[in-house]
This record gives sequence, structure tokens and C-alpha cells, in this order.
Amino acid sequence: MTATTVTPADERVVAIGLVRRLLVKPEFGALVGAIVIFVFFAFQSDVFRSMDGAANWLDVSSTLGTMAVPVAMLMIGGHFDLSAGVQVGTAGLATGIMTTYWGLQLYASLAMSLVLMLAIGFVNGFLVTRTGLPSFIITLGMFLGLQGLNLGFTKQITNTVQVSNLDLVPGYHSLNNILGSTVTIGGAKFQIAIIWWVAFTVIASYLLLKTRFGNWIFATGGDPNASKNVGVRTNRTTIALFMITSAAAWFVGNTQIVRFGTIQAQSGIGQELYFIVAAVIGGCLLTGGYGSAVGAALGALIFGMTQVGIVNAGWNSDWFKLFVGVMLLLAVLANQFVRRFAEQSRR
Amino acid sequence: MSDPQITEVTESADVPMLEMRDVTKMFGSVISLFEISTTVRAGQVTCVLGDNGAGKSTLIKILSGVHHADHGQLFVDGVPVRFSTPRDALDAGIATVFQDLAMVPLMAIWRNFFLGSEPTKGWGPLRRFDAATAKRITRQEMGEMGIDIRDPDQPVGTLSGGERQSVAIARAVHFGARLLILDEPTSALGVKQAGVVLKYIVQARDRGLGVIFITHNPHHAYPVGDRFLLLKRGRSLGDFAKSEISLHELTRLMAGGAELEALAHELEREPGADAASVGRELLRETETLG
Repeated sequence: MTATTVTPADERVVAIGLVRRLLVKPEFGALVGAIVIFVFFAFQSDVFRSMDGAANWLDVSSTLGTMAVPVAMLMIGGHFDLSAGVQVGTAGLATGIMTTYWGLQLYASLAMSLVLMLAIGFVNGFLVTRTGLPSFIITLGMFLGLQGLNLGFTKQITNTVQVSNLDLVPGYHSLNNILGSTVTIGGAKFQIAIIWWVAFTVIASYLLLKTRFGNWIFATGGDPNASKNVGVRTNRTTIALFMITSAAAWFVGNTQIVRFGTIQAQSGIGQELYFIVAAVIGGCLLTGGYGSAVGAALGALIFGMTQVGIVNAGWNSDWFKLFVGVMLLLAVLANQFVRRFAEQSRR
Repeated sequence: MSDPQITEVTESADVPMLEMRDVTKMFGSVISLFEISTTVRAGQVTCVLGDNGAGKSTLIKILSGVHHADHGQLFVDGVPVRFSTPRDALDAGIATVFQDLAMVPLMAIWRNFFLGSEPTKGWGPLRRFDAATAKRITRQEMGEMGIDIRDPDQPVGTLSGGERQSVAIARAVHFGARLLILDEPTSALGVKQAGVVLKYIVQARDRGLGVIFITHNPHHAYPVGDRFLLLKRGRSLGDFAKSEISLHELTRLMAGGAELEALAHELEREPGADAASVGRELLRETETLG
């Protein structure tokens, strides 16, 4: 093929049809999956398709999705954060201990726990970029360390395995309006967290697709050496991504403690894998450089709909994990196919 | 070199765009390059030829500011320079197109084209990547190289090797390169694709750029080159103008003519006519190559 032919009606343009364009979009698979899952459970259960049902599964999806979106950004940038789940607990516990045990003002505690979380994210990113070790190992260390710290600190200070009574702290109600209130639509109470989840997805998409930072995220994950050679600050990008993930953990952890007034020392542990599953179902490649924020949000939606749908349909919820496992495998196979399709050389 | 007289000299057309004089580079006790000199002029192609381990990569890295020469000097427009970072070399208008092309296969052509130097519009939190401008310039710059890119949104990974090379060259030119260093641009390509890349080299030369073309293939170098620097194990076998050397001679030097003759003799001494004939065959082949 000579690349120099300048023909007005280029026969090669035809090759990229609508189907190919859609297939190459990372979130396409997750969109199809979400529609299929919705239709499936809507037929199975009238509770699922009611407004109350929607409020329920959107709530479950939003908790997962608010974390899955930044985790997807990090994965596009070529890294994992296995400590993302436990960080949710760390953030809530920090705010709880600072207010209810140390008597700090609520918003000051929020700010301090944000600083703490950003520091954790920075350490993750700094160690990954400085040592060149896989983020899998670095954040596994952070995961175990924080797990011990959460439990040890909480027991030492509270003599229990939880921090509670945040709802008795002055200023709680104004904060609850922002993080834990509900909006009534069609008689059903929708959590305000759902709106935050959508907002974060929009912001993340904008960052990824419309800004220089987003271009650098894709480049850092796609080929760090090539990116460095053309002047992309790959280390800064990586550290920023870890800090964004930690900031999201701060948001979700504080949403939890504000909503329920209490948080367990073990909170968030085990969730990190679900964030990654949602991101992968949403089209993120495990190798980095490819994926989307909308896809991760849709992945979380699939997850939430399935979890709630199985209960609504009256099935034994023990089967939920099987469902998730099968979906994950299907998503990975679909991704691999799409990647080959996208990278396919037309020599 | 702040003497005004010398500055005046640099402005004369006769001064080479880039000159290296007796450049030596050691890595520990290993002499990677020893007293290498050559010149590159605007609108000319200087080919650097050598087998594996000849020091081609070290030479590129010195010219692109990745390494520093231990001895010897670099002159840009007759002025001695010292590049401490790759950015310094870029600022002097020297752009290197590395073998991996510094492109991300999964990303669109226009995103790759401006990677690291993205044009932006808006301000504050609304400062965003100016995609429309990026796509337009990508199309235009590629068009100037005679390539009609069908879809700037296409991932670079779907382009052929020659096309990818051309994107990298167009990008270097767009970002102000006066001197292009091409690191083995034809080595991984088939015959036809290599021909396409050679054409881009000629095109860049005709646009007044200086080109350093690194290769181990004399058949690619000879048709486009104006000057040939031959390297072998870190030393120069000669720096020839095109009029001073034939393709035949170039090939012989590249293949290490004398050594090959010795090899042929050695094989002849071995028992068995087969080995001897292989040796003679080898010698004959290098003589007739071309």
C-alpha cells in the first residue's frame, strides 16, 4: 500500500464503517451489557423496574462507581491501586476519630483527612515512579499496611472496631445535606450520591478526552518510554493519578460515615477488586493506555443492577459472585478482541 | 566564542549546519566512539553507516543531547555548543526520530502528533486540548509530505511502518526541526516501505532540512546520501563525499572487505572443499553486491 495516493474518493475510508467505529469505543461493550442486564431483570421482577427499585440499584452502583471511575483513569495510566478499597475506610475513620474523639471541628477534620489521603496517594505514586516496581506490589504493601493501621488505630482509640456517633457532631446536618441526603423523584428517594457519581464521571471523561492531562494519561499507560521521549511528564502524571484515586476514596469514605453516622475499621476491604472489575467490564485494558470513564461507570452500573436484581428476582444471592465472574471473563475476552481490532495493521 | 567576527562567519552559507570534530565517548574503559568528525549541511543528507556495535547509537545520543562527548566539540552554524539535555538539542533545531518513533500505538494520529506539546485553548479549569486545531495541522503537515491521511482519529497502530515513520518525520518538521536525525528508519521495513521512507528523506532534504540518516544498509544510503561516515567498532573508516566513493566501495568497506578475504583463506585451509567454496562464494558475493 502506498500512502501517497491522493484520491478524492479513497477506497480505504469505506473500510472504517459505523460498526467498526462503535466497536472501537471502549465503553461500547459495557453499554450493550448494561442494556441487556437491565432488560433481563426488568422482565424478571417488577420491583426491579419500579422507581424504588431503580433508586436502590443506582445507589449500589454509585458507591462502587465513584471509585471505579478514578480507578479506571489510573488503569488507563498503566497502574493498579489495590489499596483503593482500604483507603475508603481510612478516610472515614480519620474524619470520625478526629471529630468524635479529638473534638476537632467537622469541616477542619474533613480537610485534614483529605490532606492525609492525598499524602497516601502521593506515597503510592512516588514509590511506583521512583522504584519502577509494579504498582501491584507497591499498593499491595500499602493495602496491608493501611489495613493494620485502620484496625490498630481504631482499637487503640475507641476500644471497639468502629467509629460512630458522627451524627452528634456539630455541623453534621449541613454536611449530610451535601453527602447523605435524598432527592424524591416519582415517589422514590434517590440518594444524592448518585448525582455525585454522574458528576465525577462527566468530569473524568472531560479530563481524559479534552485536556492535555488526559492525553498524557493515555500516553503514559500506552507507552511510557515513547511518552518520555516527546516530553510527557510521565512520573507527574502517574503520581497525580494515584492522588486522584485517594481523593475519591476520601469522598466515598466520608459519604459513608456521614450517611450512616458510623464506619467499621474493616470498611472498604475487598472492594478494590470490584473497582478494577467495573473498570475492566467498562473496557479498560489491564495493560493500560485504553479505556474510558463512562465505561467504568457503566461497569459499576452493571455490577449494581446485578447485585440488586438477583435479590429482587427472588434468587439466592449466593450466586451473585458467579455472575460477576462470568461477566468479567466475557468482558476481558471482548476487550482483547477489540484491542486486536483497533491495533490491527492494514499493511 | 563571543567574538563578533566569528559570529559573522557563521552567517555565511558555507558554514555547515552541524559539525562534529574529534568526538570521543567512553563508557567506563570501553571506547564507544573515538575521534569522530563529520559535517551536515542544509539541504543535504549525511549517512552514518556501520554494523551492530559500531557506535551509531552513541553518536545519535550525543547529537540529541542524551549523552555528552568526553572529548571533541559540536558546532551548530559554526558556533560551539554543548547539549546538556535533549531539550537543548531540540531548541537548536535538532530533532531525533528514534527507532521506536516515540509514538503510542493505541492513540489517534493527531493525539500522537501533538503528544507532549499539545495546543490548548480556554483558561483556568477550562483550558483544554484544542482538538480541532490539532487535527487540522496534522492533516496539513502530512499533506505537505504528500500523504493524505484518511482519518486523523485512526490509531497509529493501524498505520503501516512507512506511514508511521512519515508521521514522526512530519511531527519533527512541524516542531521546528532544521536537522533531522533518523535512527535506522528503514531497517524494520520491507522493500517497498523502505522505498517510501527514502522518498520522505529526499522530500525533507529538498525542503532545505539537514538530514542525518543512520543505517547499516549501503543500498539505502547511497541513492539519497551526499556524505557518508563509516563507523566500525567506535572508529571512523572514513568520511566521504559522494564523489569520493562508489556504492561498490561503500559496500566493501561496510562488509569489512579485508577481513572477509582473510576469512575466505581460513576456510580454504580447512579440510573439505565445501568450506573453501563457501568462503570463496562469500567473497564473490560481497564483491558483486550492488
